[in-house]
Amino acid sequence: MNRSFFARNPSVLVFIAVLALFTLAVTVTSEAVGSGALSTSFIKTLGKTLCLCLVAIAMDLIWGFAGILSLGHMAFFGLGGYMIGMWLMYARTEMIVTASMANAEIPPTDQEIVDAIGTQIFGVVGSSDFPPIWAFADSLTLQLAMVVLVPGLLALVFGWLAFRSRVTGVYLSILTQAMTLALALYLFQNDSGLRGNNGLSGLQNLPGADAIPQADISLWFFWASALALALGYLLAAWITSGKFGSVIRGIRDDEARVRFLGYSVEGYKLFVFTLTAVIAAIAGALYYPQAGIINPAEIAPIASIYLAVWVAIGGRGRLYGAVIGAAFVSLLSTWFTSGQAPSIPLGFYTIDWVDWWQVLLGISFVLVTLFAPKGIGGLVDIFTGRIPPKRHGADLGPDSGSLQEQEAEQ
Amino acid sequence: MTRILPAALAVLMLCVSAVLAQDAPSSPIQALLQEHRALLEKSSRKTIQPAIDALRDSGLPEAQDVLEKWQAKELWQRKDDKLFFFAEKIDSKTYALADIATGEAVGEIPKKGLNQLKPNSGVRSMIGAALVQFQLMADDPAKRIEALDAIQRDPAPEHLTALQGAIGNDPDAAIRARKERLVRLLTISYGSDEADRIAAIESFKGDLGVDARAALNPLLATSRKAAASLPDGINLARRLSPGSEELSEAEAYDLLVSSDLAPARISAADKRAALQENIVEGRVGRVPLAQLDSEAARETAYRALAEAGIVPASIGEAEIAGAIDAHVFFDQYAEASPALTSAAATTLATINSSVGVNQVLDLTLDALSLASIYFLAAIGLAITFGVMGVINMAHGEFIMMGAYTGYVVQQVIPDYTVSILVALPLAFAVTFAAGVAMERLVIRWLYNRPLETLLATFGISIALQQLAKNIFGTQARPLTSPAWLDGALVLNDVVSISYIRIAIFVLALIFLGVFLFIMRRTRLGLEVRAVTQNPRMAASMGINPDRINMLTFGLGSGIAGIAGVAIGLYAKVTSELGSDYIVQSFMTVVVGGVGNIWGTLLGATMIGFLQKGIEWLNPSNTLAAQTYMIIFIIIFIQFRPRGIIALKGRAAGD
Repeated sequence: MNRSFFARNPSVLVFIAVLALFTLAVTVTSEAVGSGALSTSFIKTLGKTLCLCLVAIAMDLIWGFAGILSLGHMAFFGLGGYMIGMWLMYARTEMIVTASMANAEIPPTDQEIVDAIGTQIFGVVGSSDFPPIWAFADSLTLQLAMVVLVPGLLALVFGWLAFRSRVTGVYLSILTQAMTLALALYLFQNDSGLRGNNGLSGLQNLPGADAIPQADISLWFFWASALALALGYLLAAWITSGKFGSVIRGIRDDEARVRFLGYSVEGYKLFVFTLTAVIAAIAGALYYPQAGIINPAEIAPIASIYLAVWVAIGGRGRLYGAVIGAAFVSLLSTWFTSGQAPSIPLGFYTIDWVDWWQVLLGISFVLVTLFAPKGIGGLVDIFTGRIPPKRHGADLGPDSGSLQEQEAEQ
Repeated sequence: MTRILPAALAVLMLCVSAVLAQDAPSSPIQALLQEHRALLEKSSRKTIQPAIDALRDSGLPEAQDVLEKWQAKELWQRKDDKLFFFAEKIDSKTYALADIATGEAVGEIPKKGLNQLKPNSGVRSMIGAALVQFQLMADDPAKRIEALDAIQRDPAPEHLTALQGAIGNDPDAAIRARKERLVRLLTISYGSDEADRIAAIESFKGDLGVDARAALNPLLATSRKAAASLPDGINLARRLSPGSEELSEAEAYDLLVSSDLAPARISAADKRAALQENIVEGRVGRVPLAQLDSEAARETAYRALAEAGIVPASIGEAEIAGAIDAHVFFDQYAEASPALTSAAATTLATINSSVGVNQVLDLTLDALSLASIYFLAAIGLAITFGVMGVINMAHGEFIMMGAYTGYVVQQVIPDYTVSILVALPLAFAVTFAAGVAMERLVIRWLYNRPLETLLATFGISIALQQLAKNIFGTQARPLTSPAWLDGALVLNDVVSISYIRIAIFVLALIFLGVFLFIMRRTRLGLEVRAVTQNPRMAASMGINPDRINMLTFGLGSGIAGIAGVAIGLYAKVTSELGSDYIVQSFMTVVVGGVGNIWGTLLGATMIGFLQKGIEWLNPSNTLAAQTYMIIFIIIFIQFRPRGIIALKGRAAGD
């Protein structure tokens, strides 16, 4: 049992190696330092995809390992984006305002600068005063701390309330979905202090980096996203490989039994819930500067459902499955919805994928749930020879014990 | 010959009428007009009133007719003898005259021989006011009501006497009551005797009418004033102390400035502009420009400028406080009589409290109707989720399918009543079939895996929603309700509820009844309860669980379809119709308690009342209301994790 962490988890090394190779390949074909075969916008898409993979890992931790189907993790993702977006928007507006005020003969007072920034930022919602939640927006350090603290605290409070009253299973799923809906509806209001449905925009322009071409910036963000993904993967693999991982898998398979063994089930769940919320928030904080805009529609319940779809298609209960699912489905989705996929003429009707992709996604999702509960990641088992023995009856699913249907009845 | 004859006749008639005209005025009304001839000819708004009054008060039956013709510029005066006639144009040069008293034709006359009375708009409106009294006493009740409406729309002091004269013996009790009420309302505003006015005001205690409030509120209009000391002889509403919630210090000082009792404050922007104008060699008031980046430095520079007399002196906090201390601030009634204002205030207070009671009633009705909508949306879910334990995320899409079915039926059958009657069973059939198909193809493989049922049904929901978008487009489709559902049941000026909401409420009650009947009184209900409690035991009793599950799921889905038609009538039909309700529907079932229809009813009622209550507290923001409602539900679940009505014992399943 004294073998090293990597020896026990060979998939981690493989994953890191693949990720490193991929990053290298993208770098040498980028416009900024390499041949320029990949356009800047495609590198942004790849960078965003890596962030989505990171949040998928968080989702896999909470759903695939701890058995809690959270339909609210994209809310934490979005909150992370909002927190970093506040600083980006404030700092950039401050630079623009200061530059324009510097021409005046009388130098502006600090209050005048703040007022002018407020007018710039909140003009669209008919206001000019900074709401209290913007109190730290002028400091990058504090706002970066908020990226972690705000979603973390929200997850902590919500999780504590939900777990202590023993809300489990589908009830918890619906509750998390309600939380997401409540947050999205709240942010849609103009007086929420985050510019209502306009959201925060212009986030792709880093303050003070106007001279640096977007090609460079996009590559930096791509590297940062790759690094975050690698670290997130390591952290998740480390958590799930040890004793802690055994306990949360135990909770997934039979919560009551773990509780009877003396473990604080609620504590474990709360820890995983909060940790994954923080990971999701960090992924969001990296995602939205690449996307350039964030608005409350990004937090709508459907986003979290898609997250679950990715993880399910990729294969939950294994970290690389989540990554494969998120990358595969989101890239495919981009390909189909951007109109690049060729239409299929049927003679009497032409299938235009922009309209029909969602139908295809919905149906294939049903098919995966029915026929391939292990997802794409299950294919790996065929190569590694880890074919399970033939057992009786259908799979009961990861939250109803490890026995198969007919075994459970015996 | 044929041409000569009429001409000759005309000449003859002229002669005859000329002869008649030389007599004394032929009728009392003509005499009256002749009496006021000078005023009528002058036709000035300032002087005409006695003539109009005389006509109005004459008691002559023809007076109304004369006034109307006069107002319509059809009253003419013959130049020869100054007599007045009604004239009607025959051709551009000839007019037919008619007697003003009898209306009989008098003859034809060339236009040259006539003068038209041309009342200007001012005079015409005065004639109109005089005519009101005649209209108020008209034989036709519709005309009387029309006149009352006109007065109510645009009340004027002269209407009061007209009305008072017209109440008398109106045969229609309802119209008489309305007249009396209007007299009281006009007395409040225009009565000449204070005691009468107070009596009129007090007669409206607790009245719900908007008109009563509209008449009383102007009496209580106040204006905010500031003065060195409290003046005597004014009708004081209240004294205000600066710095209180009603009057902040800044507002108090602004009031002083606008009353010319204190010099205007110089705003930061004005100061900055003044500094900007007085830059001398890179300095303002001996302060270098570079140092002017704080308010304190700017103040110093400005004071230096003020001392030099270049700019008006800056007003500091101390000056402002001193000025405020030296004055009193108060609200003064525009109405001079304290007795009137206090009577109006007490009456308005009683009105407000009874309006409040009725608003609560109105809110209750609103909340009930919202609750019935939630209940309708959730009742299908109460079957599939509550009884069977299947999470169907595509439930919202079944609601949408029902609404679109209604829309399609309306395209085929143009009669709205018939089309709704056809749409209800058809929507049930369509969604029943969809539900059965879904149960057969997907759900039955996942009975042991609730989380995956949730995800698979969500896949179906995504696909169905996009499919609806592809077929019907993204814009909202109308589902028009039949004409007999238009309009609202108005109880009084505060409480009203639209018929469509009543219909939805009734529909919800019917569904409750149907559900209870099926579950408790039919073979199907018995088998459903047996299968949900213990499928294997039920199977060994000869029940086919597969068939029962299929039928139950179809039933729940079918009810969702009917709910879709009802909701479509009330909201617009879009592909997102279902997803708007799905979270609330699940909340309703979960809050109420899974597996119990009464729980669902209670849950819907609670959520409906809660949402309306929060909206009432913060009416401008329905989004916030939804947010707070969801937060409340999350907290509520802390205390009753199994809902309001929790199943106990064996029925609870675990």
